[in-house]
This record gives sequence, structure tokens and C-alpha cells, in this order.
Amino acid sequence: MTAIEIVPSGTSGRSPGTARLLRRPTALIGIVIVLGFLLLTMSASLVAPYSPFDQDFSNTLMGPTGGHPFGTDQFGRDVLSRVIFGSRTALLSILVADGLALVLGCALGLIAGFFGEWLDSAIMRIVDVLLAFPYLLLALIIIAALGPSLLNSMIAIGLVYTPQYARLIRGQVLSVKTTEFVVAARAIGANPARIMLRHILPNSVTPILVMATLQAGTVVVETAGLSFLGMGAQPPSPDWGAVLAEGQSYFLSAWWIATFPGLAIFAVVLGFNLVGDALRDHFDPRRRTE
Amino acid sequence: MLQYVVQRFIQLIFVLVGVSVVIFLTMHVLPGDVATLLLGDRATAEQLDRLRHQLGLDQPIYSQYLRFALDALDGDFGTSLRSNHAVFEDVWTAFPVTLQLSLAALFVAVVIGVPCGVLAAVRPFSRFNDIIMTLSLFGVSMPIFWLGLMLILVFGAVLDWLPIGGLMPIGVEPPRVTGMSVIDSVLSGDWRLVLLSLRYLVLPAVTLGTIPLALIMRITRSEMLSMASHDHVRTARAKGLPEGSVIVKHVLRNALIPIVTVIGLQLGLLLSGAVLTESIFSLPGLGRLMVNAILARDYPVVQAAALLTASVFVFVNLLVDLSYAYLDPRIRYQ
Repeated sequence: MTAIEIVPSGTSGRSPGTARLLRRPTALIGIVIVLGFLLLTMSASLVAPYSPFDQDFSNTLMGPTGGHPFGTDQFGRDVLSRVIFGSRTALLSILVADGLALVLGCALGLIAGFFGEWLDSAIMRIVDVLLAFPYLLLALIIIAALGPSLLNSMIAIGLVYTPQYARLIRGQVLSVKTTEFVVAARAIGANPARIMLRHILPNSVTPILVMATLQAGTVVVETAGLSFLGMGAQPPSPDWGAVLAEGQSYFLSAWWIATFPGLAIFAVVLGFNLVGDALRDHFDPRRRTE
Repeated sequence: MLQYVVQRFIQLIFVLVGVSVVIFLTMHVLPGDVATLLLGDRATAEQLDRLRHQLGLDQPIYSQYLRFALDALDGDFGTSLRSNHAVFEDVWTAFPVTLQLSLAALFVAVVIGVPCGVLAAVRPFSRFNDIIMTLSLFGVSMPIFWLGLMLILVFGAVLDWLPIGGLMPIGVEPPRVTGMSVIDSVLSGDWRLVLLSLRYLVLPAVTLGTIPLALIMRITRSEMLSMASHDHVRTARAKGLPEGSVIVKHVLRNALIPIVTVIGLQLGLLLSGAVLTESIFSLPGLGRLMVNAILARDYPVVQAAALLTASVFVFVNLLVDLSYAYLDPRIRYQ
């Protein structure tokens, strides 16, 4: 008699999907970057060699050296320390602004695309009104109304990007809702919320994920951009955009002040983009079977 | 379809009214007082009241809006509180600069982005695909104001290949017809001016076009890959259609909806989001005009500039919507 041994598929306690995700080198690079920045954010005060606000007028506009690897700015502040503390605002902007846009936009797009008729018209006209606003003008108007601050710039950016999600998901819903499985779900009497959340949303997940991934990067850049224009974080905040703006005046003679915050934005956004890209491939059933 | 087009044009008017209402109201709830801003802190209450009366700021808000809307229909957007010029004049001078920059950036993005995305999707496991994906990731991760500075440093200061700012060299200007330096140079018939204006446009267009380029490249590749696994594509291949025909007629055409959406959205975003690029390259465009106007609470300029940009963007959105029905016959609007 032959004994049949049933072996659990995941002996290490890690699901095959997670293992597949971690096997992607780009995903690993992204995870390392994101974790690195999260750690840096949490341990900024321990890791940074100086306070981001300490001024040293005997060492102004000093190029990168052993004592100041990223150099110093016009007030003799250590650029490395300012870049490390600036990571906090970058990560926060993704959570607040992109999260706000994603939740509001998907809800609006789903409802408009699924129910159609007057509800679609009403929602899409609101979306059109918001989309019709010059993007930066809308952000600036909101900031002007709320007052220039980092949080307000994040809220403004979140609201500005909401219509993009709504429009994209509506386009997807219009396509998906005519497919047989949605028609079948309607025929068996499934309620609209279930159809939207269980059938339509999962089948529209790829473009949402792609957009959310790319928007996470855009949001960090735009938050820094508003600070660059003086509408976000205010001096002497070590926000990357604000540091970059200060460095612009000295760019041709002291390139390091603007260069390193820019590289920091680039790195953290790249990290989130890599992770998001890997997650997209991981969660999309069509890609899983490829 | 015709009914849908007419319906959308009517809706467009309502959207523009909605935009104007929101802009008008928001600009009027901003903190601060225009009269104080114009006359300074030392102005007496009487002087302030007189100016408010002169500007119509003592009228009820709906009355102010109606006046603004009716004047706008006549093409009268009032007088700039800063420059004392007719607002229409300021906006009309700045808009072509931004339009040219946005179109050039979108041109860069579409011409490079769509073919690269298609090629990457056709060879998803190739080295080319890896390069395209890496470049697109770099593109969307790049702060454009930082990229602009880097391009100025490398191509302007170090290599001295391209100009670092402005529309044309000081003292050189083609006769103004459209306000767009490249088109005006072409119309002047002087090819030296055309080349010059194009050289001045290269760095700003590449800077502004970087993020749309990366987005278009990624969305094209992503949608092409999604579509390539569909049954109708397999059937087309089984029928023995040439691969090029399968890619263009069966994959790309069906993948176009999200691509067209992204391209359409990008144009509007470029038109309004060029302010950073305009700041870095010292271009006298609409973005800079609006930011300066907001900071100075020059609301007639803000309202006019916003309405102009909004009108263009709403029209582009309409074209994107209409293209859905053309590109995907399953989508029925009627």
C-alpha cells in the first residue's frame, strides 16, 4: 500500500505569490529603497549628523567634504541632514495626497460608469469642472484659501488629482460592464455594490494601479514643486522642494544644494514606482497566468 | 452620435459656467482685501470705500459675478489690478507661449512614447523592454524643476549647445502673428529664425515632456500587454494574419482608449502645469502670469486666464470622449 503524503504548498510559511513577487529584482530594489526611506524617516534624528536648522556661518556654501558629505548651504546648514529630515514630508505627501485622490476618484468613477444616465452625467460634469481647472491654479487657489502650508499643499494636490482617477476608472467601467460576467451577475440579481466591488473593480485594477503608482511619484514631485514656488512647506523647513528652491539661486556656483534634494526626490519616487509596478504584475490575474 | 455631440456641446457650456462660478467664488473668499492691497496700509477708510465702490466690490457677490460673466461674454475681462492693462491683452500675450510649450512637450511625449510603448509590449522579455521600462521609471520619478536645472547646467552652461532660457535672443523677434515664436518664425519665412526659435524650445519642451512621455510609454505598454492575451488576438493570429496587422489593428486599436485618455488629460495638465518650466526657463507664459496674479490677488487676470485654459481643456476632454465611441464600438452612448 502506498501512502499518499499531502505536502503543504508553502512550507516556509510564505505564499507562492509573495515569493514570486520577491523574485523580481526590480521589486526588491524598490522595496529596499522604500524601506530605506521609511527607516530614514523614522530615525532621522538619530541618523542625521546635524540638526537641519543649525547654521554655521564659517562654513557657508562649502562643497561636499568628509564632514559634510552633501556640502553646506548659504547659511552653513548641513545639506545631508536637511535631505534626511526632508524624507518625512515626501512620504507623508504620498499617503495624504495620493490616498485622497485614489479613494475619492475611484468611488466617483465607479458610480458614474456603472449607473450611467443622469448620475453619470452629473458626476462627470463635476469631474469636468474640476478637470477644466488649470491644475496648478486649482492647487494654488486651494492653498491660497487655506493658507500656504505643507498639509494644505497635500490636500490641494489630492483634490487636483481626484478627477483623473474618476475619469480613468469610468472609462474602464464602460468597457467592463458590457462583458458577459457582469451581465450574468446582474441577471442573477447581484446588487450593484457587489457587482462594482467584486466584478468591475478587480477587472479595472491594472490601470488604477498603474496610475496610483505613477501618481505616487507625481505627488512627491508636485508637493516639492509647490514648495519650490513657495506655496507648500515654508522656510526653514528642510522639505526637498524648499531646499531645492533655495539652492536654485546658487546653482551654477554651488550645485550640491539643489542637486542632492533632487536626487533624493528621484530616489524615493523611483522606489515607490518600482514597488507599485511589481504589485501590479502580482495582483493582475491576467499577468499571473502569463 | 450627432445627438451625443450636440448634447456634449451643451454640457460644455454648463461646465464652463460652473468653472467660472467656482473660480469667481474662490477668488472672492481668499483672505485679504484687494483695496488695501492696491492702496497700501496707509489708505484711509474713505479711500478704501471709494475704491471698493469703483471696482464693484461693495456689490453683493451674485451681482459681481453676473457683471463679470456678462462682461466676459463681450470679451471684456476688466483691467489688471497690477499692470493696469486690459486683462485680455495680458492673457492673450501669455497664452500662446504656454500653448506652444505644451504642444511641443506633448509632441515629444507622443512621438517617442507611443512607439516605444508598443515596441516594448511586442518584445516584453527583451533588453529593449527593460531599457524602456527603466527610462519610463526614471522619467516619472524625475522632478522636472530639477531636471530643467540639470539640463541647463549640462547643455547650456557646460556644453554650451543650447540656450538656457527665454523665447528668443534679446532683440531678435519675428513679427508677431500668433504669439508662438516657432510659428511666427515660420510665417516670417526666415529659416534662421525658425532654427533659433526651435533651439530655444528644445530644453523647455524636453523638461516639460518628460513625465507625460513616461506615462504614455508605460500606459501604452501596459494596455498593449493586457490586450495581447485576449481571445480575439489569438484568433487573429490563428487566422494567419501578419503580426504587424495583429499588433496595429487588433491590439493597439483596442488598447487606445486608456492611451487616448492619458494623452488628452496630459495636454490640459501641460497647459496649466507649465508654470515650473516657465519659471526655470524664464518664459513669459500663462502659468507664470497666473501665479503672479494669485500672489498679487489680481483676480481679473486669474479669472480670465483660468477661463481660457479651462475652455481649451474642456474641449480636449470632449474630443477624448468622442474618440471612445470611435475607438471602441462596444461603447454605446445613445
